[in-house]
Amino acid sequence: MLQTALHDWHAANGGRMVDFAGWSMPIQYSTITVEHAAVRERVGLFDIAHMGRIIFTGPDAEKFLDRLLTNDVTRLRVGQVRYSLVCNEQGGILDDVLVYRFEDRYMLVVNASNRDKIVSWIEEHRGGFDVQVDDQTTTTFMFALQGPRSLDVLGPNASADLGSMKYYTVLDAEVFGKKATISRTGYTGEDGFEVIVSLAEGSEVWQSVLQSGAEADITPCGLGCRDTLRLEAAMPLYGHEMDERTDPLTAGLAFGVKMDAGEFFGKSALKVISARTDLPVRVGLKLEGKRIAREGAIVRAENAEVGHITSGTFSPTLNEVIAMAYVPGNLSQPGTAVEVDIRGKCVAAEVVALPFYRRQK
Amino acid sequence: MDPKTLRFSKTHEWVHLNGDIATVGVSDFAVKELTDIVHLEFPEVGTSVSAGQPFGEIESVKSVNDLYSPVAGVIEAVNSDLEDNLALMSDDPYGAGWVVRIKVSDASAYESLLDHAAYEQMCQSGH
Repeated sequence: MLQTALHDWHAANGGRMVDFAGWSMPIQYSTITVEHAAVRERVGLFDIAHMGRIIFTGPDAEKFLDRLLTNDVTRLRVGQVRYSLVCNEQGGILDDVLVYRFEDRYMLVVNASNRDKIVSWIEEHRGGFDVQVDDQTTTTFMFALQGPRSLDVLGPNASADLGSMKYYTVLDAEVFGKKATISRTGYTGEDGFEVIVSLAEGSEVWQSVLQSGAEADITPCGLGCRDTLRLEAAMPLYGHEMDERTDPLTAGLAFGVKMDAGEFFGKSALKVISARTDLPVRVGLKLEGKRIAREGAIVRAENAEVGHITSGTFSPTLNEVIAMAYVPGNLSQPGTAVEVDIRGKCVAAEVVALPFYRRQK
Repeated sequence: MDPKTLRFSKTHEWVHLNGDIATVGVSDFAVKELTDIVHLEFPEVGTSVSAGQPFGEIESVKSVNDLYSPVAGVIEAVNSDLEDNLALMSDDPYGAGWVVRIKVSDASAYESLLDHAAYEQMCQSGH
């Protein structure tokens, strides 16, 4: 199993290690709800080194990525980050990714569970493009600092003015005197930063962040609360809200697809799909009671099966059970009453607007 | 209650047998493993239960698990204090955190349950 640069630290600090996409990762150190609240109220520190980091250089890097990605890479300015999908020719989602543009390179951050697949997909399609591809996942370390106090913790220790960074921007600078790539991005619905440093300096930088965050009561956080946080923020997770049988339009990710961009994989299929009116819609549900509707649970309305749950949890912030589901368009309006079959017993639920949680700016 | 006086199932329920009344709860080890317990699905009082069969559910943020009856009998009481205060399960797993009381009709399964030492050993060996 793959290990990040912080593996020994996690094990020595109460991290409960689980296999996640071939990586040994901490699911939690204390409890999921305590770590969740730390991110909403203060600041949490996550090891996200399992995320794939692939660097693109060469004269055709832009052209190649524009072919690969559903978003318009040609309109990306230096220092910008964009959400995008990688689709197959049928418009099915191979992965959801972030693409970063730097002065001298581009970077894709891909899901750990899809890294091998995306690397193969790139290899298969790079013929004819003058582009160099370097998968730096196992030679670098990546962490996320998330929560309202993130800037207070990282800002004073960075060589660049992090406070003036806009959301979804990136720059190369130093943190604690070490070379770093810093983006104002995250997967929690809070303000925060994601930082890449060298593998060798990962552990030292992590511990420096913890030390300088002590005053803000910084909390190491595992993948458990990463899931409850992203779900409250209604951010989709590959393998749950989407897979190769889901297209980005149905998944509610049209903002990551630019149909007026150049040719990209899946474009003609998505053009056909965009004209259809019979496709299901991704919605939010709030459920009565405390039982959690988990992935695969059937959504029912008027005694018929109408859809299924893709993710569900108990929301620590809202103190109620929330879920995301696919339902037919005519049942997708907020306020619509449905039922969810939770292990044989039907529970009342209501369609609600997404996200479930939005931070105060 | 002193856990050393209790019997344990391999599915992490504990039992205190007093005459024909069995008090059943969830072990400290299991509660700590689950963390973030959000709900207990209780059986109705009067429900018949058989040894080794599910009588309810324990739901945490991470997962939902069945609760198994260690003995055969009829549910005599459920701990409704837990409905508003699940923290009792972690604060006092062998006392105020009890889950159900069963009027035992057949205690034969009790004898095959683990004693505290054997249960501890099972938990330490990673089951």
